[in-house]
Amino acid sequence: MSSYYNPADLAKFPTMGEGAPELWEKFMSYYNAVFQEGALGAREKALIALAVAHALQCPYCIEAYTREALEKGSNEEQMTEAVHVAAAIRGGAALVHGVQMKNIAGRLGF
Amino acid sequence: MSLSLKAPQRPQSDSEKQLEFLRETPGVTPIVHKFMEAGLFPLRSNGISVMQVNMGKVCNLSCKHCHVEAGPERTESMSRKTVSSCLSVLAGTGIPTLDITGGAPELNPNLGWLIEEAVKLGRKVMVRTNLTVLELEEYAQLAELYARNKVEVVASLPYYLGKNTDRQRGDGVFEASIRVLRRMNELGYGREQSGLRINLVYNPGGAFLPPAQHSIETEFRREMTRRYGIVFNKLFTLTNVPIGRFLNFLMQSGNLEDYLVRLAGAFNPAAAELVMCRSQISVGWDGRLYDCDFNQALGLTCTPDVPGYIHNFDLTCLRNRPIMLDNHCYACTAGLGSSCGGAVLEVRCK
Repeated sequence: MSSYYNPADLAKFPTMGEGAPELWEKFMSYYNAVFQEGALGAREKALIALAVAHALQCPYCIEAYTREALEKGSNEEQMTEAVHVAAAIRGGAALVHGVQMKNIAGRLGF
Repeated sequence: MSLSLKAPQRPQSDSEKQLEFLRETPGVTPIVHKFMEAGLFPLRSNGISVMQVNMGKVCNLSCKHCHVEAGPERTESMSRKTVSSCLSVLAGTGIPTLDITGGAPELNPNLGWLIEEAVKLGRKVMVRTNLTVLELEEYAQLAELYARNKVEVVASLPYYLGKNTDRQRGDGVFEASIRVLRRMNELGYGREQSGLRINLVYNPGGAFLPPAQHSIETEFRREMTRRYGIVFNKLFTLTNVPIGRFLNFLMQSGNLEDYLVRLAGAFNPAAAELVMCRSQISVGWDGRLYDCDFNQALGLTCTPDVPGYIHNFDLTCLRNRPIMLDNHCYACTAGLGSSCGGAVLEVRCK
């Protein structure tokens, strides 16, 4: 069955440099710099990336950062908690927008 | 208690077939080309500081990542005569370190004798243990023998949690390992000023690379102390080598191509220059000589230009020999490198 998301396409990511190599270089330079050890360790950054990947529901990112988190020494329990952080923020973000609903309903009603 | 697992099937145990799989994986350049590009070909030995003796393939465990495919069903075990030849070479050459491995070396009846004679020769002796074998009644006294002879113990412990360890090594292995580690600590191992060193060996729980050694060592130290009250000297990170039982896992799980591409993509010339085979010789259970334990598992003997057995050992020929390379060597050259002493390059956090 064909799909927009083919796991093999992840390896084709660098082909995005073909149409605009300078922009690609700039992006990759920035991207690689972001993941260097800094005020946060590489392991923490991999876990943040894993959580964000789930919040965005990007299958490419989920695959890449599941592997990356394991290779930085995280275990499944830690990675699962990171996913729960993403889920909590997403759920909370939906729920807090309920205040908008309440405001509008309040404005429209008697 | 028996911790033996049902031995997995070994459809890929034919060494040449294993190498074919590794050579024919799409997207993976022959590693020799990488060594050439790095100006490291032919890769040569730069002297022998370690004799690694594999005492056989007999083991009480059947770990999923075992490159030797060791297990309870194996029968290969080094004879006393071959052990004697190893000792003669140690005495005659001045090779300073004896590194004993297996299988479970404890299951070879000549282990105690080899250790005591090597210590008499003034050699540093290391034993690689799966820990659990030291819980079996007839081998329990070996822990004291290690301590008496100041043997450096290198103990497999893939992770500080039971679930991860047992998934890889078998049910009950983690708890048994913890009990034996506590006993080793009681004997003085890992304690300051005792002179008794115990190093743990981490390897990834699947088809991924190990983390930076300093980082996972810090975490192991904290968690082993906090959870179990266990201390140790160092943690070595080893990369899983895609041969033997681990190759079976890679093939059965559909991970072979991705894993090899990952290893090859992480080829690091700086690590390649420091691979352990350049400073050691590996002796098989039958006395054959190899560049390393992985080549041994594949039956890749030393170059035909050198005498191939421990009984005709020739240090002059061996210490400048060309090393036999093939695509499984990508495991030792990836990232920070991997060796029996852990990562070969050290990267510190800021």
